[in-house]
Amino acid sequence: MGAFIAFKNVTKKFGALTVVDNLDLEIAKGEFVSLLGPSGSGKTTLLMMLAGFERPTSGEIFLDGKPITHLPPHRRQMGMVFQNYALFPHMTVAENVAFPLEMQRVPRAEIVRRVERALDMVRLGALKDRKPSQLSGGQQQRVALTRALVFEPDVILMDEPLGALDKQLREHMQLEIRDLHRRLGLTIVFVTHDQSEALTMSDRIAVFNAGKIEQIDTPQMVYDRPRTRFVAEFIGETNLVAGKVVDAGGERAVVRVGDAALSVCGNVQPGRDVSLSLRPERIRLGSTPAAANALPVTVADCIYHGDHMRLVLKSGSLELVARAERLAGDWPVGTEAVASFDPQDCTVLAS
Amino acid sequence: MSRPSIRDRAWAAALVAPLVLFLVLFFVWPLWTMVTASVVDDAVTKVLPRTAAAMAQWDGNDLPPPAVQTAFAEDLRSAEDQQALGEAVRRLNSAVSGFRTLLSRTVTAAREAADLASLDLAAIDRRWSDPRFWRAIRDAVPPYTDRNLLAALDLKRDASGNITAEDPGTAANRVIMLRTFVIAGTVTLVCALIGLPYAMLAASASGLVRALLLLAVLLPLWTSLLVRTAAWFILLQQEGLINDALMAIGLIDGPLPLIFNRLGVIIAMTHVLLPFMVLPIYSVLIAVPRNLMPAAASLGAGPLRAFWRVLLPLAMPGLMSGCLLVFMVAIGYYITPALVGGANDQMISSVIAFYALGTANWGMAGALGLILLAVTLLLYVVYGRLSRSPQLPGGA
Ligand SMILES: Nc1ncnc2c1ncn2[C@@H]1O[C@H](COP(=O)(O)OP(=O)(O)OP(=O)(O)O)[C@@H](O)[C@H]1O
Ligand SMILES: [Mg+2]
Repeated sequence: MGAFIAFKNVTKKFGALTVVDNLDLEIAKGEFVSLLGPSGSGKTTLLMMLAGFERPTSGEIFLDGKPITHLPPHRRQMGMVFQNYALFPHMTVAENVAFPLEMQRVPRAEIVRRVERALDMVRLGALKDRKPSQLSGGQQQRVALTRALVFEPDVILMDEPLGALDKQLREHMQLEIRDLHRRLGLTIVFVTHDQSEALTMSDRIAVFNAGKIEQIDTPQMVYDRPRTRFVAEFIGETNLVAGKVVDAGGERAVVRVGDAALSVCGNVQPGRDVSLSLRPERIRLGSTPAAANALPVTVADCIYHGDHMRLVLKSGSLELVARAERLAGDWPVGTEAVASFDPQDCTVLAS
Repeated sequence: MSRPSIRDRAWAAALVAPLVLFLVLFFVWPLWTMVTASVVDDAVTKVLPRTAAAMAQWDGNDLPPPAVQTAFAEDLRSAEDQQALGEAVRRLNSAVSGFRTLLSRTVTAAREAADLASLDLAAIDRRWSDPRFWRAIRDAVPPYTDRNLLAALDLKRDASGNITAEDPGTAANRVIMLRTFVIAGTVTLVCALIGLPYAMLAASASGLVRALLLLAVLLPLWTSLLVRTAAWFILLQQEGLINDALMAIGLIDGPLPLIFNRLGVIIAMTHVLLPFMVLPIYSVLIAVPRNLMPAAASLGAGPLRAFWRVLLPLAMPGLMSGCLLVFMVAIGYYITPALVGGANDQMISSVIAFYALGTANWGMAGALGLILLAVTLLLYVVYGRLSRSPQLPGGA
């Protein structure tokens, strides 16, 4: 299919420490891919190899079919946005944005025109003669972004670009970047360890764990169909329930948990011990016994969260967390109830 | 916050008092002494106060009127302080020779004379009928003089008081001053060329390597200047380490002249002054965010252009302070040129030392020192202007 960016068997070691472990990754042109994972899982290292600041210990990296593993950074045509922006403090906003164009020896008049247009696009035209130190964090972030965009690079790389902003500004910038991605058809590789950021912005999310990609999928698939226990626990909140497969066929299986037989999603062999992942907000709580996929529970705790309640439910030795909307009624501690869910909302994980 | 009470203020004043005292005692006072030494010329006035007052009546042509001569004789008669008299004689003798015998004879005559008003000086000594001697006295009586300052710049006043150039035979100060600036400038340039890459290296290294690099520049600072200069003496001489090594690897056939010439002075001074270049640049560079150079590279700048457009402008304040520091220290150098330089490599300080220690001519020593101080202050002002201009970061 001809991926735009391709990592083939890439391994990176720092001394004895393997930071990126025999990794394959393909990114299509125009795609927004987030690299999501805990601290130290190798996200930045992967990005640095793509940008050319680190060399893989083994393996090859391709851009548009051509190997770029040994190309120095300044020949790679990749705009990079650093976590603390890396704006040049001795240049004005306009000079910062003009820098990559000057490096490409674009004619003077055209530089002026393109810088102006780019700054207007992010609504910074009025600030073009200021120094970076005279800008707010969000404005600096936009300058860094503009500087990385203005020379129309093949790929934009961002390493936790919004990490230093407060929550409100961060959400605003998320939408702005998403909007730029759509309008300009950019290929973006975006490193974050904020899962909600990854879920809102990305076409696909690559979940990293210890130098490997655990799963790469659309946000919905990563959230609703986590492939591994790590992914299920890392993204969002989930209940992990141990059980044994009693019947299986196609994408459906029946898993015995305690006395109940639950029908769930997943392709597994009968007789195996598995874990089930069940999101708190997919648990329905009722007072009458439901026909299928129901567990009798007792409300053990009820925590007020403003727009919703968190309920801790006990069913024998099993403990589940559920999320109840305020409208769904009150569930005082000690209430006997029945928890049920749809088969497609529960995923089997190979444990 | 309440206004500080008088007690608090008194405390604060008491705390800075030692500093103020120190500055006055060891900085302001010597500086003032040096300045006054170069312009005060009161050896003659002190001994001849009446003459100095009476001189206003004389136009400088022919012989002075009798009133001046009488005042002069009175001054001589009442001159008690032999040392002051001796100094006045020395001062006058340096203007016109012959004053020594002339004055001692006249003093004796003035003391013995019954009536000073009728004393005929020309009868005591024929030289008193020569206006040259009177004119020398007239030139020497004003208490302040620009003679030393002019002489420091190879200028003098001619008979009619106009400033003219010293005759080339005796004029040496301008040549030496120019040489001082050339040597200091060369040393500054060499220090910058070595110091900038060195500071960049030290700033980009980490841990042990950085510590070793910094130690290597700092070590010379902890060694005595004399020891360091003596060490260069050993390294640079004809059968020194450097010449031996170069001949051993066959690069040269005979020994290179590395010492007692300009090259030796510049090598030794560069070594001594390098820390003053490296440290300011280093301190500026470690404050530069680490990701600026990667950012420049990702925006398409090769290493050379990234250096030129990003690192060099950011290092500029450090480089400027380094250059200023090295240059200002270098123009005052004395021991190093004296030990490893030749006759044509002596700098202005050696001339000052010659006047101060050799001939006890404090006026000339002070005047040359004053000119050195003026140049340094000028440089400092220029630097202040430059570092406040908006082109440089940190100046806003
Ligand atoms: N230059 C280096 N030398 C040695 N070890 C390194 C180097 N760079 C990174 N590492 C190690 O590699 C591992 C992965 O680092 P990396 O920066 O890729 O993690 P990350 O996923 O970006 O984490 P974070 O979310 O905290 O930024 C870490 O254990 C780190 O200590
Ligand atoms: Mg990182």
